[in-house]
Amino acid sequence: MSPFLYDLIGLVAGVCFILALKGLSHPRTARRGNLLGAAGAGIATLLVFFRSENEGRNLGWIIGAIIVGVIVAVPAARRVQMTAMPQLVALFNGVGGGAAALVAIVEYMKLGDSASFAVVLATVFTVVVGCVSFSGSIITFLKLQELMTTAPVVFPGGRAVIAGTLGGVIGVSGWVIAELGTTPLLILAALSLLFGVLFVLPVGGADVPIVISLLNAFTGLTVAASGYVLDATLLIIAGTLVGASGTILTRLMAEAMGRSLFGTLFGAFTAKAQASGGATDTRPVKSGTPDDVAILLNYARRVVIVPGFGLAVAQAQHTVRELADLLSAKGIDVAYGIHPVAGRMPGHMNVLLAEANVPYEQLSEMDEVNPTFPQTDVALIIGANDVVNPAAKTTPGCPIYGMPILDVSLAGNVIFLKRSMRPGFAGIENELLYDPKTTLLFGDAKASLTKVVSALKVL
Amino acid sequence: MAVHGALQMALGLESEGEVMEAITIISIFVLAVFVGFEVVSKISSTLHTPLMSGANAIHGVILVGAIIVADHAETSLELGLSVAAIVLATINMVGGFVVTDRMLEMFKGKGSTKSSDKSAGDKK
Repeated sequence: MSPFLYDLIGLVAGVCFILALKGLSHPRTARRGNLLGAAGAGIATLLVFFRSENEGRNLGWIIGAIIVGVIVAVPAARRVQMTAMPQLVALFNGVGGGAAALVAIVEYMKLGDSASFAVVLATVFTVVVGCVSFSGSIITFLKLQELMTTAPVVFPGGRAVIAGTLGGVIGVSGWVIAELGTTPLLILAALSLLFGVLFVLPVGGADVPIVISLLNAFTGLTVAASGYVLDATLLIIAGTLVGASGTILTRLMAEAMGRSLFGTLFGAFTAKAQASGGATDTRPVKSGTPDDVAILLNYARRVVIVPGFGLAVAQAQHTVRELADLLSAKGIDVAYGIHPVAGRMPGHMNVLLAEANVPYEQLSEMDEVNPTFPQTDVALIIGANDVVNPAAKTTPGCPIYGMPILDVSLAGNVIFLKRSMRPGFAGIENELLYDPKTTLLFGDAKASLTKVVSALKVL
Repeated sequence: MAVHGALQMALGLESEGEVMEAITIISIFVLAVFVGFEVVSKISSTLHTPLMSGANAIHGVILVGAIIVADHAETSLELGLSVAAIVLATINMVGGFVVTDRMLEMFKGKGSTKSSDKSAGDKK
């Protein structure tokens, strides 16, 4: 294919990516936007087989590897539960970063003495940032999958270790750039992987989505740098688009949580040591039966449902809708109070409730619903904890301090549907659980809701 | 011309052609940054997750880079690494788009009145 035609088709793919991001920013066009992005990626992949510089080697390997990738990816993406979606996105982001790093390592081995400083610099940048994105994403995956603790991990001298590793990464980068050699490059890759781990470990559970978004932007930049090294304009366009939009998105997410990006990343180091919750566990709590909850709900005039990750885990979105419909039929005003980061990702609850066909008008964002709590008789909290934890307002230094919360304590009654007394994702004790106007109903959210629904039907 | 010389020095570019190429690439980069900022600057928090996931799938286009290096891999080490890169990049790209589509499937038909009003306003 002539280079002119090749570049022209490449431009079509680039435009697809821009339109994809544009489409994804509006609810109505989001799905079409995603399909456009997929079309752009498909065009780009087919196109590269017609590059005029191709040597036509290893074609079997290339196609085989693509098939393997598809066989792994499609079932994983299709079968994953809605609850596990955030960690899958983290994992996909990580492997993308890993791919970029591998591409750069291979390219580095082929760089001759003729390579310009700019090319060497871009290659080394891709190796470092790709590796950080890879190992960092793996840690976010482990945190979200709860294969490791979700609380911030800090160890004595952590700050010095991180600074030392970063210094090592920069130093070895200089070495690799000054004198081309595979061994220093592999040391650099190993140090970068370590830095990725250390960089994400201190981030508290609730802030993990912000970090995923940041690593996503990082991976975008590595793709752009690879595009420069490989002389592939399309990669520069796509990578830069993702890098730029990812940076903005990271900032928007941090704002939605009322956090500064800096505080998110380094909060665990500056925070004062928090009291470990052991001693408080013995205080009495008021736990109720499904009938108690049904009675409270039945005589309320306004109920605000606050869903959280527990709702997603129990797959209780349909049952909660049934409950809401039942209450509406009794003339009770029902609204859902959606915290921007309830669940494991911003928008998680909207997606989940949309699946159960909850009317859009009932979903209220935090700013809309907070002023209505004083007029609310019952706040029904289903599997949420950190997003209603008053510690965010009252306890300076705790990991969620400063995060805006849903002011459920202003409601007449508070009902918590919880699996156990275990603290939320951020690992902080919730004082609200011990409040006299709080009723706790322990158990799986779906089972509890089903019991409440049947109790409500016979009232 | 001072800028020209400085760029040439700083980036270690040898020929006139390389400098021109570098300028083209820098232009593309800068313009893409602004486009990237612009397209997502107004977005409701509902769509944060799908947008992140969609952007994540787009950087799976590193697959193109992986195919290019695999195409001129000579040693078996190079080939092995680039084949691994292709597998990972394909997972990123294909999985990313499929999972985003599944997320967005949930939004279909929902609140068509409210969201269409909004989008109609935003369209211009």
